[in-house]
Amino acid sequence: MTTRLSSAFPADRAALVCFVTAGDPDAASTPAILDALVEGGADVIELGMPFTDPMADGPAIQAANLRSLAAGTKTADILQIATGFRRRHPDVPLVLMGYANPMTRRGPEWFADACAQAGVDGVICVDIPVEEDASLGPALRAKGIAPIRLATPTTDAARLPAVLEGAGGFLYYVSVAGITGKQQAVQASIEEAVARLKASTDLPIAVGFGVRTPEQAAAIGRVADGVVVGSAIVEIVSEYGADAAGPVRDYVRTLADAIATARQTAAA
Amino acid sequence: MTNAAPKPNSYRNQPDAQGHFGPFGGRYVAETLMPLVLDLEKHYRAAQADPAFKAQFDDLLEHYVGRPSPLYYAERLTEELRMGAAPDKGAQIWFKRDELNHTGAHKINNCIGQILLAMRMGKTRIIAETGAGQHGVATATVCARFGLPCVIYMGATDVARQQPNVFRMKLLGAEVIPVTSGAATLKDAMNEGLRDWVANVHDTFYIIGTAAGPHPYPELVRDFQSVIGKEARAQMLSRINRLPDLLVAAIGGGSNALGLFHPFLDDDVKMLGVEAAGYGLDGNEHAASLLGGFPGILHGNKTYLLQDEDGQITEGHSISAGLDYPGIGPEHAWLKDMGRVEYTAITDDEALEGFQLLCRTEGIIPALEPAHAIAAVTKVAPTMDRDRIILANLCGRGDKDIFTVAEKLGVEM
Repeated sequence: MTTRLSSAFPADRAALVCFVTAGDPDAASTPAILDALVEGGADVIELGMPFTDPMADGPAIQAANLRSLAAGTKTADILQIATGFRRRHPDVPLVLMGYANPMTRRGPEWFADACAQAGVDGVICVDIPVEEDASLGPALRAKGIAPIRLATPTTDAARLPAVLEGAGGFLYYVSVAGITGKQQAVQASIEEAVARLKASTDLPIAVGFGVRTPEQAAAIGRVADGVVVGSAIVEIVSEYGADAAGPVRDYVRTLADAIATARQTAAA
Repeated sequence: MTNAAPKPNSYRNQPDAQGHFGPFGGRYVAETLMPLVLDLEKHYRAAQADPAFKAQFDDLLEHYVGRPSPLYYAERLTEELRMGAAPDKGAQIWFKRDELNHTGAHKINNCIGQILLAMRMGKTRIIAETGAGQHGVATATVCARFGLPCVIYMGATDVARQQPNVFRMKLLGAEVIPVTSGAATLKDAMNEGLRDWVANVHDTFYIIGTAAGPHPYPELVRDFQSVIGKEARAQMLSRINRLPDLLVAAIGGGSNALGLFHPFLDDDVKMLGVEAAGYGLDGNEHAASLLGGFPGILHGNKTYLLQDEDGQITEGHSISAGLDYPGIGPEHAWLKDMGRVEYTAITDDEALEGFQLLCRTEGIIPALEPAHAIAAVTKVAPTMDRDRIILANLCGRGDKDIFTVAEKLGVEM
């Protein structure tokens, strides 16, 4: 089945997946920042749902979560941001990323329905592993929303099939055992992991955690179907606040350009 | 003597194979941690089946912690409360004296169990979170005892208000890292502990301090703390040849209460868990997750949480730093919904009165956590007949709290 998400991963280059926290620095600023991601060349947008206790995130995204909540961002604002994005960008896939409690507070069916109405294509929930899929997965699948799963360096061969069961959209490979934005993985370990994952699934493999330079993005783009960049963009939003759209677009452009030619460079 | 194995319709055979207590509990952790959590469960099952593990645990509890802790009849407190009661009213009040343990609280029981498990798993580095510092001190203690490096995460706010315990941990060789993220209290310390764990999965064991977190932590912490209830049950039978009518214990995360309650769950014994009502349940300044919260997901488990309508976690407040956590162990959430345990809440002011009453009548300075249980006892004992027996858990001593109490009473130290 062709979806917005599956179409976002072209055959000849990696897709660029870009993350920002919704409502950072405030809900009114986020639409322009999302537009800047698209203008800069992002293929998939990950919109972070702020949470008071982002235990898988490093300092940059933690601070973004707190800025957003301090500005008064509500779940309703995030859904409205998504709805507006879908209207302006009918073909660009949008994924919500966040933690279980804000997603399930009003019940999984409520959340899945709200996502569907807002034009959200997939959901990444950091703290619902496959063992607890019943808390959200069935509701998402019933509404045609892709439950995007994470694989990590600790996900071994015995466990991988379970992680892939019921997964959709793409597989997010967290390349380091750690929190977001801290250190980057050794390229060889990424190549080995992507090869291992590709042998087990037809889903596109997007690699993230610690990716910040065009060189890193290109190197990962040579082997993976997608490159995820988050903390580096969030740091630009932190620096420029309500005026972040321009600098975000320029930065994302450097990543997109590097990824666009990465595979030719490798062949040359 | 111990009670019999749980029957199929028992309250003592939770959780299920997936770590669920009814709809609560579970393993809500990031994928990086999931294989670790599964590995921990495997090793815990092996330890449970190994008589050598139990023998080592029992030996350390006896000779290092100082168990069994006494079972004590609080004669003058009983008489004091009878003075305000109807002529035939005023239950007998007994205490399980876990404040006499090494390090001054029940926390050490669990730390002994978990560090033995860590060493079985070949882990070489220990981390923990702490609020008031009691769990941090207990963890630092067992790390010193077994020569393992120890990192304690503690909210910067708590570091400032619990200096004596910070110094104790440092004396014991632990590194204390103040956590400045979020509200800089216990829940933020737990977030930081999880962040450390996820980045150091290969060599690090996380000693969680209460009966919460991802499965199997709620189960294994309960099991290690159940020594409290097993001893108390045997001591009651041997001293007066009967079981108590009512058990009372304070609840933050809920480990001392579960430790006392669990061995009695299938007996004809009522139970009362006491949450912290802070400035009162009618406002937001309390830490009563069961009475004032809603089910949600945080720190690896589904349970009752203090949260807003969007699922954002709200800050708990209590005079007792050990109780102001916005969640509660998942087994308590289940016991509440099943109606097996009754839950109530006690305000800061009531706890202060309970604290002073025990000092005056029994010559025991309790921690502010069990002061909440004592305050609940002062309410319920005068309504019960004189031949009834209340057993309350005196889960910690008050040395750490004298500065807080002095400040509240307007005394300069």
